[in-house]
Amino acid sequence: MKFKYPSRGTAPMDSNPACRRGAPATEDKRIRTPLEDAVVEDLRSGDRVLVSGVIYAARDSAHKRLVELLDRGEELPVDLKGQIIYYVGPAPARPGRVIGSAGPTTSGRMDPYTPRLIAATGLKGMIGKGYRSSEVKKALVDHKAVYFAAVGGAGALIARCIKRAEVIAYPDLGPEALHLLEVEDLPVTVINDCYGGDLYTEALARYSIKEVPELPLGKDPALS
Amino acid sequence: MTRIITCDEITRAVADLCREANYYLGKDVRGALEGALAREVSPQGKDVLNQLLENAAIAAAEEVPICQDTGVAVVFLELGQEVQVQGGYLYDAINAGVRQGYTEGYLRKSMVYPPLDGRNTGDNTPAIIHTEIVPGDKLTITVAPKGGGSENMSAAVMLAPAAGIRGVKEFVLETVKKAGPNPCPPLIVGVGIGGNFEKCALLAKKALLRPLGEPHPLEGIAALERDLLESINCLGIGPGGFGGRITALAVHVEIFARHIASLPVAVNIQCHAARHKSITL
Ligand code: SF4
Repeated sequence: MKFKYPSRGTAPMDSNPACRRGAPATEDKRIRTPLEDAVVEDLRSGDRVLVSGVIYAARDSAHKRLVELLDRGEELPVDLKGQIIYYVGPAPARPGRVIGSAGPTTSGRMDPYTPRLIAATGLKGMIGKGYRSSEVKKALVDHKAVYFAAVGGAGALIARCIKRAEVIAYPDLGPEALHLLEVEDLPVTVINDCYGGDLYTEALARYSIKEVPELPLGKDPALS
Repeated sequence: MTRIITCDEITRAVADLCREANYYLGKDVRGALEGALAREVSPQGKDVLNQLLENAAIAAAEEVPICQDTGVAVVFLELGQEVQVQGGYLYDAINAGVRQGYTEGYLRKSMVYPPLDGRNTGDNTPAIIHTEIVPGDKLTITVAPKGGGSENMSAAVMLAPAAGIRGVKEFVLETVKKAGPNPCPPLIVGVGIGGNFEKCALLAKKALLRPLGEPHPLEGIAALERDLLESINCLGIGPGGFGGRITALAVHVEIFARHIASLPVAVNIQCHAARHKSITL
């Protein structure tokens, strides 16, 4: 069977003026922290959202410490009720700047801690990139929370949305310390909503080309 | 004739390369992102590509890293056999350059030692250094910072030779598919075929240094690169994993002779923040 180049012959959406460079693909929704249930209920997988307000930055090490505190029945250094955690380990700020580049890190590493944090603290949102576990997705449905992705690798762009950054706990962790960030119109996309919607799965269903193209099996270049 | 290169020169060069590689996305990558934008059909995919191009422009203008994960400093040396390094030990000079570049350039330090339950070394050293001795009296240094997100999705396998090209192709596709949105697509996929266990991994990494748009010189391998790219872009993962036609910008394959009993294959996944910068002293 001959190879078909995937970008040809598919229904073009290029004609949609909203898709042109610089314009958002869909109408943005604006939200502000802390989040009420009603706000979370309004968000669906695939929505583009602009987040404003205070959010908290934490990675694996900070998560581990937070969950250890919960295990010991001690108080957390921050009240996470209705809040959003951003999975980020920022680059250091140049003098006079609020923060260095600050794009998302891979969320899957936080999966072991997330359901516990959601259930115990009333955490309502997470921002990161990449797949979540089925346990996390279930916790989102059970406790009405939402998982967003920011664009991985767009750290310089995202840093512009951060107006204030403070280390509030675990300074010994360096870039992994628990930070408070005040953000304005941070662009994110809903991946997992509180109804079980999952953009990553929906995207594959929509854009993958099922006919598996086959290689012309003649001479084997790897072995010649 | 021996030619003398001092450790100070090397340290300075490495420090500059660390900063430049992290601030300025290569012209070839920017061109490939522009090209991807023209071909992408998914609105969300286009949105991501737009953000990446804007991000690259901001990073260059403000001299901040393209991505906050400024990575492991991977350093490739092509050391002419007539070069004599003076004023200290070559690898110390490289690490001093990494220390200086990452500290003074406001780059993130991500190295932890010891690897289990360790501490951040505080200056992003040690670098991972690969040295090749070549003819001549020059030293070419390439700094290729590599983030964790895409490195984590990389994989190697020892195939049976009977698996052939089909086995290679299936492994590459399976690796990219499994990675999904995690390694920040659109990707550059480096593939090493042949050699042995460690050689194929190094081939895959070196494949990432080739400029985008430059096919492998052997037509058979260039055809394999094209076929793999087309198959990967059928997966539908798209920019950011939000869905679309552009999951990879390029596939680069490098090959080496192999043992009669094995067909090693390695896939090194590179995110769109494909950073590398070289200098010849
Ligand atoms: S995978 Fe690449 S672009 Fe994504 S966060 Fe890591 S270094 Fe940055």
